[in-house]
This record gives sequence, C-alpha cells and structure tokens, in this order.
Amino acid sequence: MNVIYILWLRQLKRYFRSKPRILGALGQPLLFLFALGFGFGPVYQRAGEGNYMQFLVPGIIAMSVLFTSMFNGIEIIWDRQFGFLKETLVAPVSRVKIMLGRTFGGASVAVFQGIIILVISLLIGFRFSSMPALLAALFFMFMIAVLFTAVGTAIASLLEDMQGFQLIMNFLIMPLFFLSGALFPLNDLPAAVDAIVRLNPLSYGVDGLRGALIGQAQLGIWADLGVLTFSSFVLVIIGGYLFSKIQI
Amino acid sequence: MKSIEQTDEAVIRVTELSKRYGNFLAVDNISFTVRRGEIFAFLGPNGAGKTTTIKMLTTLLTPTDGKLLLNGYDPVREQDAVRRSFGIVFQDFSLDNELTARENMVFHAVLYSMPKNVREERIKMLLELVQLWDRKDEQVKKFSGGMKRRLEIARGLLHLPQIFFLDEPTLGLDPQTRNLLWNYIRELNEKEQITVFFTTHIMEEAERAAHTVAIIDHGKIIARGSPKDLAEQTGTTSLEEAFLALTGKDIRDEESESNGRMLGRMLRGRR
Repeated sequence: MNVIYILWLRQLKRYFRSKPRILGALGQPLLFLFALGFGFGPVYQRAGEGNYMQFLVPGIIAMSVLFTSMFNGIEIIWDRQFGFLKETLVAPVSRVKIMLGRTFGGASVAVFQGIIILVISLLIGFRFSSMPALLAALFFMFMIAVLFTAVGTAIASLLEDMQGFQLIMNFLIMPLFFLSGALFPLNDLPAAVDAIVRLNPLSYGVDGLRGALIGQAQLGIWADLGVLTFSSFVLVIIGGYLFSKIQI
Repeated sequence: MKSIEQTDEAVIRVTELSKRYGNFLAVDNISFTVRRGEIFAFLGPNGAGKTTTIKMLTTLLTPTDGKLLLNGYDPVREQDAVRRSFGIVFQDFSLDNELTARENMVFHAVLYSMPKNVREERIKMLLELVQLWDRKDEQVKKFSGGMKRRLEIARGLLHLPQIFFLDEPTLGLDPQTRNLLWNYIRELNEKEQITVFFTTHIMEEAERAAHTVAIIDHGKIIARGSPKDLAEQTGTTSLEEAFLALTGKDIRDEESESNGRMLGRMLRGRR
C-alpha cells in the first residue's frame, strides 16, 4: 500500500511542479471548446438540438482526461530514457504495485486536468444539473483516466523511445477522441461510424459524463458504467502484464 | 587499506553464465566468485559484457543459461530476496530530477519498506556522509554530475545492502569527485563490511581500490586475480599495461550494449 502511495505521490508532485505542462495540456481542449462551442452553437440551435456548449463540455472534459492520462502512461518511456525506471525495477516490490501506483497517480492528475476544464466551462456559462451529478461526473472522469493511463502504460512498455509517439497520437489518440461522440450526437449516424463509435470505449466515458452532468446519456448510463469498468479492468491487467515483462 | 576482514564465503557465485541476444553472445559461459567483504573490480573493453552481467546479477535481465547465486539467493527465482541484498549505482543517472534529494531518498526507503524512524536517521547520516545534507531540499535537476553521483551512492546504501554494485560510477566526473567517491566506498567497505562490485575504465582506480580484479573480453573472463597478480602474470608493471596485454590494443567498434540491443529489436520488428 505504501509503495502504491509513494508512486502516486510522485506523479502528483511531478505534475504540480511543472506548470508549463499544466498550461500546455489545457491549450488544445480550450481551443476546441471555444472554436467549436461558439462556432457550431448557432447551427446546432437552428437544427433544434438545443445548446451546443452544454452538449460539448462533457466531450471536451473527456478529451482533456484522455490526452493527459494517455500521456501519463506513456511517460514510462521518459523514465526509461532518463534512467529512473531502473531504480523502481530493482526494488523489492512487485511490478504490479509499481504499475498500479503509477496508474492511479497518472489518473488523478488527468482527473485534475478535467476539473480545470470543468471550472473554465462554468465561467463561460456551462451549467450541470446537480451536486450528486458532479460526483458521478468525477467518477466517470476517474474511470476514463484509469482506462487510458493503463492503455498508455501498455503501449509504453512495448516502446524503447519516443519516436513512436507521433504514431500513437495520430493513429490512436486522435481517432479515439474524434470517434467517441465527444463532438457530435449519436443519432442518425451512418452505420459504419455508429459501429465504430460503439466499439470505442471512450464513447461510454463521454456518454457517462454527459449523462451525469446534463442528463443526456444516449448509450445508457448503466451500459457506460459496465463497459468502462470492464475495459479498465482488462486494460489494467494487460498494462500490468506488459509492464512486468519490461527488460532493460 | 586492504586489511579488511575477508572470509572465504562467496557472496556472489556465478556458474557457467551466458546471455544471448539473437545471434550475439553477450556473455559466454563465465564463472567466478566474489568473497564477502571484498572489493571486486570487473574490467573489460566497451561491449565486453560487463553491464549485461551486472543486469543479470541484479534481476534486470534473465540469463540464457547458467546459475547465479547472490547472498545465497537466486536472482531468477528469489528476486525480492536478491533485490534486498544489493544496492546499485547504474552507469546512467537514475534519479528523479523533478524531486528533491531528500524525496529521492524517501522514495527509495519506501520501496525498500524501511521503518520510518530508521529511515530518517539513516537518510541524514548518508546525506551528511556525501556532503549533501544542506542541499537536501533542492530539486535534483539543479545538481551537478558529481552531486548526482554522490546522491546515488547515498541512495544505493540506504537500505543497508550486503553488496554494492557500481557500474562505471566515476564516468564523467572530475578527479576531485572521483577521489572523494573512492574514499566513501573504501570507508563503507571497511565500516559496514559491505562487498563492493564495480566496473571502470580507469585502471588506476581498480589498482588502488580492488582486492580482486576479473577481466572480461568478448563475453569471456580471460584473467582473474589481485592487481599485482595480473601484472606479474603478464610480466608488466601496472594493471593498465596488464589490461592492454590481455585484451590487445585494438579499438572496439561494437555499439554500446543497449544501442546494439535496440537495433537488434528493431530489426526483429519489435516496434
């Protein structure tokens, strides 16, 4: 337990000590929020779908959590390149604990990043339904964060250096985000897109957040909960396995 | 200086150890022992197999073949017992630069589940020993190479290991720091009866500090004995000359072990 805690604490310290990174990670989600939110708002309204900003905010929170948690998982490559990973790998603790500590640490940081987006959204007029809704939203953020930190960890365990990062960004993180329903409603989609969206675990995170914050879950909040819990569980096991196989 | 009490008990026992990467045999059927309490220098040209051997001894790599025994435990099957038995300073820095010196130490203590009261006392003692106590709350990224190395030595000794591995600990350090480091190491060897296993390319360091030297080349151990023995065996006057007589004067073009391996993995399509 102590080991998991100290690894969690390390992730938090590293995060709060690097202010440029906190700001940098806010840039893209905020750009999406402002440009798309204000840009598509009028069209969305005219189509009779209501307030686009309300619809978009949960999607952008999910985006921010996705990017930060994925990145935190992938940070293992840094640790490998800068040597610190060895210090943890020769210690008499199971690799699974190291992986869990890192994952919870990375996930906490990602949730915090999501909260910052939520607060900024409140400043530009976003309103969520109730206080318990907020707690449910935090829970969904955490589930998304654990899931994708584990995905990042799994990928990083297979890579030796950062050269593959661009590949992951373009062929995994971006598609996950764009095909999750974060930006558009799920009704009347072409069959192929609909199928992809339903296979993407992030869709359930976005849907759960939207259900919690503004009461508009299209996939059903129980389906969201089930899929997220199940896929986090599986990915933590896969990530833990691959991490424990790292040889330096 | 070399008067310390040594027993004949082997604290490290390596029997017919090999490590293969694809077609490349990095370590080729080596056997040697290190006695408890001795300072043991493991020397060899670049790419000879030193780091690979240390990685196998320290549970970071699994051997392809052969037997290992460290402090009575098997690094393959009794990993945690082995890991508790040794401390290590790696060739490359392995500190968290964002954390302070003290935080790096505490992190290590928690990983090795040291009780809190023992931990605090020993952290203070060791940071004072390496003269970093007054800078304990500074982030490591502000430290010079020498300070980082000193901190790593303090950290490696924190959990009272029986064996201390140092993989080229003086690489890139100035003579003053090198001198200081060897003073700590010898002091600890005498005071705490700790066995020291180190590699270096600076033959004078090995000559001055080591009780026993083993020379590895192309994955095989080609000579073993005290620095004096080796000079006598080769009819030379210093360890440096003995080393050159044994390993030849050709420059080694092998890539560093980790680069070579990375390339190997890329070629085999692991990425």
